Amino acid sequence: MIKFRSLLFFLSLLLPLSSQAALTIEIVGGAAQQIPIAVVPFASSLSSQAESQQDSIANIIGADLRRSGLFRVLETHGVVNQPHDIAQVKYAEWAAIQAQALTIGSVVSLPGNRLKVTFQLLDVLKQTQLAGLEYNITPAQLRITAHRIADVIYQKLTGEMGVFATRITYITKTNNRYALQVADADGFNPQTVVSSSEPIISPSWAPDGTKLAYVSFEKKKPVIFVQSLVSGQRYVLANFKGNNSAPSWSPDGKRLAIVLTYGANSQVYIINADGTGLQQLTHSAAIDTEPVWSPDGKWIYFTSDRGGSPQIYRTPASGGDAQRMTFEGSYNVSPHFSPDGKSLAYIRQEQGRFRVTLQDMASGQVQILSETAKDESPSFAPNGRMILYATSINGRGTLAAVSADGRVKQRLSETGGDVREPAWGPATN
Amino acid sequence: MNKNLIVSMLLAVSLAACSSKPIKEAPPAVVDKSPSTATQAKPAEPKNDNATTAPMAESTMSVNPLKDPNNILSQRSIYFDFDKDEVKPEYRALIEAHGKYLQAHADARVILQGNTDERGTREYNLSLGQRRAVSVKKLLNLQGVQDKQIETVSYGKEKAKTTCGNDDACSKTDRRVDIVYQGE
Repeated sequence: MIKFRSLLFFLSLLLPLSSQAALTIEIVGGAAQQIPIAVVPFASSLSSQAESQQDSIANIIGADLRRSGLFRVLETHGVVNQPHDIAQVKYAEWAAIQAQALTIGSVVSLPGNRLKVTFQLLDVLKQTQLAGLEYNITPAQLRITAHRIADVIYQKLTGEMGVFATRITYITKTNNRYALQVADADGFNPQTVVSSSEPIISPSWAPDGTKLAYVSFEKKKPVIFVQSLVSGQRYVLANFKGNNSAPSWSPDGKRLAIVLTYGANSQVYIINADGTGLQQLTHSAAIDTEPVWSPDGKWIYFTSDRGGSPQIYRTPASGGDAQRMTFEGSYNVSPHFSPDGKSLAYIRQEQGRFRVTLQDMASGQVQILSETAKDESPSFAPNGRMILYATSINGRGTLAAVSADGRVKQRLSETGGDVREPAWGPATN
Repeated sequence: MNKNLIVSMLLAVSLAACSSKPIKEAPPAVVDKSPSTATQAKPAEPKNDNATTAPMAESTMSVNPLKDPNNILSQRSIYFDFDKDEVKPEYRALIEAHGKYLQAHADARVILQGNTDERGTREYNLSLGQRRAVSVKKLLNLQGVQDKQIETVSYGKEKAKTTCGNDDACSKTDRRVDIVYQGE
């Protein structure tokens, strides 16, 4: 097992450094107050071949910050001095282009094909250092290191956790072939986890980010698999009579809520992560599906049409009576919690439009966030700032994201294929 | 390193062998005419992606009533209204004919495959397709067809057209239950 892991690690080093993005991200709108920041290209002692990589660190950081909608990344070419060390910084020059913050850094080759990346985040007005870090990495870790630096900058300047170094999963359909993919949050480094000529739906991240549960139709009916992202090995979690679908991990990763039908309608069950200990949770004559755990692990929220139209209900994870949680509108489905448990995203259908909707759990206040019409599968970024979802434009599936305040909108489009069923992975670093 | 590489290749081969195994098991519940078999890309993606075609169980009867276009038994689809699972009266005769056939042929097995149009979420539609299949099953049960002859599954919206939107004339053929006999 250990050998195997090291092999995978070795293979990952062989991946080209200038990896292609599968998804191109287009940003619409932004926060009212954007933080102006200058990201100076990093100094580099790399060979000319690797030289083309060196300022990409600054580009990756800049793209991350810009994509969040919370930063205005300033053009730095006009500034005469391009510092790489705090001693070289002339603050007045950066104040002149109205930068509030400045990022400088360098990449130095070390023996044994390793790199030393240093960076500093500076407050231009106070002329102080906000953060300074050094990373000893392999060349293949340049992109992830740039994302980690962007996370530090984001955290220092907004006070919230950065999520640039996280991953997303989604399913592509190209030429009638389905592929479950995992990519960096910026769409780079897509890796196929599993592919099939039959549909794959409903991927769900284990809380530690090392496994995915998903539903595959490869056995001519929906069956739930759990697959390790470390070893690539997988097992059947649930293959009972009828449909097996809608897996959702408990916050402690020990159990999953799933949906089974046997010979009748969809009902919610709880099963241990190793496939043992199956217990029925809901008992209705209606459809009960799309279960999710509340972040405190106490409740299972799910979609049910027991009241005539599909609405969101909850029941204690230990079993008990169901309680309706959505009241406005005639079609509310696919609940998904914010990481702090304070809000619930779901899909509302109104006048034929299916849109991402956010409900505040304390006040019950509801806000429709998206302007698209065929939205599905909402999932929160681990910091709760953005909601990633699937939509369809001109009959083609695409991914989109909207900030929880509705101000920042992104569209993630893939050339050629159809993309659906996204889920944002947990923060694991 | 070499040893590790060999281990990974062996593993890739065994995974490929594993995942294609169910197709060879007879008799298949549903005949697959398309390249099937999920392939795991990690640690290595099996290159062989050839179509695996399950044996076709061709009938040896001179006229198979299930295939005879003049026989109601050749009609296999029951259509539904949006977000509904009630079987409309015009399909009663069709279901009754299949019920009689299943009673007369105790060895015959059917899979009722529920489907929906593209509107709504995948999991809700999976459940809705299932409920439609169950509606048809209940009518067969009422005629005395035994549970062991019927399996209900759902494809949800996975087989639906993706360009209909709210055009009902376009999407109505997606909202259906297909009756598929074992061996077909």
